[in-house]
Amino acid sequence: MSIGHTLLGLLESGPRHGYDLKRAFDEKFGHDRPLHYGQVYSTMSRLLKNGLVVVDGIEAGGGPERKRYAITEAGITDVAQWLATPEKPEPYLQSTLYTKVVLALLTGRGAAELLDTQRAEHLRLMRELTRRKKDGDLADQLICDHALFHLEADLRWLELTAARLDRLAEEIRR
Amino acid sequence: MTATPLLRAVGLAKTYGPTPALAGADFSIRAGEVVAVMGPSGSGKSTLLHCLAGIVRPDAGTITYDGRELTALSDGARSSLRRTDFGFVFQFGQLVPELTCVENVALPLRLNGEKRKAAEARAVEWLARLEVDDTAAKRPGEISGGQGQRVAVARALVTSPRVIFADEPTGALDSLNGERVMRLLTDASRDTGAAVVLVTHEARVAAYSDREIVVRDGSVRDAEWAA
Repeated sequence: MSIGHTLLGLLESGPRHGYDLKRAFDEKFGHDRPLHYGQVYSTMSRLLKNGLVVVDGIEAGGGPERKRYAITEAGITDVAQWLATPEKPEPYLQSTLYTKVVLALLTGRGAAELLDTQRAEHLRLMRELTRRKKDGDLADQLICDHALFHLEADLRWLELTAARLDRLAEEIRR
Repeated sequence: MTATPLLRAVGLAKTYGPTPALAGADFSIRAGEVVAVMGPSGSGKSTLLHCLAGIVRPDAGTITYDGRELTALSDGARSSLRRTDFGFVFQFGQLVPELTCVENVALPLRLNGEKRKAAEARAVEWLARLEVDDTAAKRPGEISGGQGQRVAVARALVTSPRVIFADEPTGALDSLNGERVMRLLTDASRDTGAAVVLVTHEARVAAYSDREIVVRDGSVRDAEWAA
């Protein structure tokens, strides 16, 4: 995730202090990974240097956390460009799981067991996310659904690979 | 394992013609537990469910339910047990089209000899709990697939069964409706302490369970049972 663009986007609704920005980011996007204060201030320094934000005011007491930042016209354009640019889809061609399956077959280890273990681990995480989704608000549900659909895709691959293990073993031993 | 299983199967085998559907399946479930039965199409998931529910008699193996050997019971005794202790949710065609939804939900109670008024009063409660009370006077043909499935869940739960057998209960529903059915089914069963045997090939549905077992080529590895 581009923290810079996200913080800039949050500033579009009005100027904020660094602490407020961190809180808004954590609340909306942080979930399991809240921002460190250091990340906020280093990012804001970079945005300031690039002319995407300006310091709108400094509260008494000094310290970098007292600065209030406002987005500039250049900053608004930058956010717009970022939103309009599609994210590069992940091709998933360098799969650790695939590598492990092939190595297990090459070394005479149990590839089926490896796939079973992975399936159980995926389902364990899916259960955790499903519980969180049940107890959460709409934002939580959408975030968890995104993760659940990806995990489900992995599981379908695990199932398909389990069904093709014999053929794969033949091919890689040729 | 921390508690005695409510339902336990050991070494189940079942053959249809030349095709082995189950070949040494072990399974156990405790009261209040939701267990997903997963596996590819044709792996024997549904046969396992049918054997566990006493619908199909296995060729070999034993099934013990609440201390009784299910496989030793007569057809009549198994049928009676299915009415009193088990509830069923299937993928399709489980509601009687000529009856209203409240009559459909009250049906298992009526079959158990309960008076119409009392049976329908309980049916209405369960329809409300499954968030489909507005369907009470409608016939299954007049409601959506998602509503129909929730009515079917209400019917499965109305007799306060100790085990619910659900075979691909969301298979005909879109994601949102499927999730709603799963949430309501698992919440209601956990509240009532019923065990749920959930056959599904969908991981997102299985994620509502407490644990899963995988059926492959008619055999089952039940880690809990083996523990």
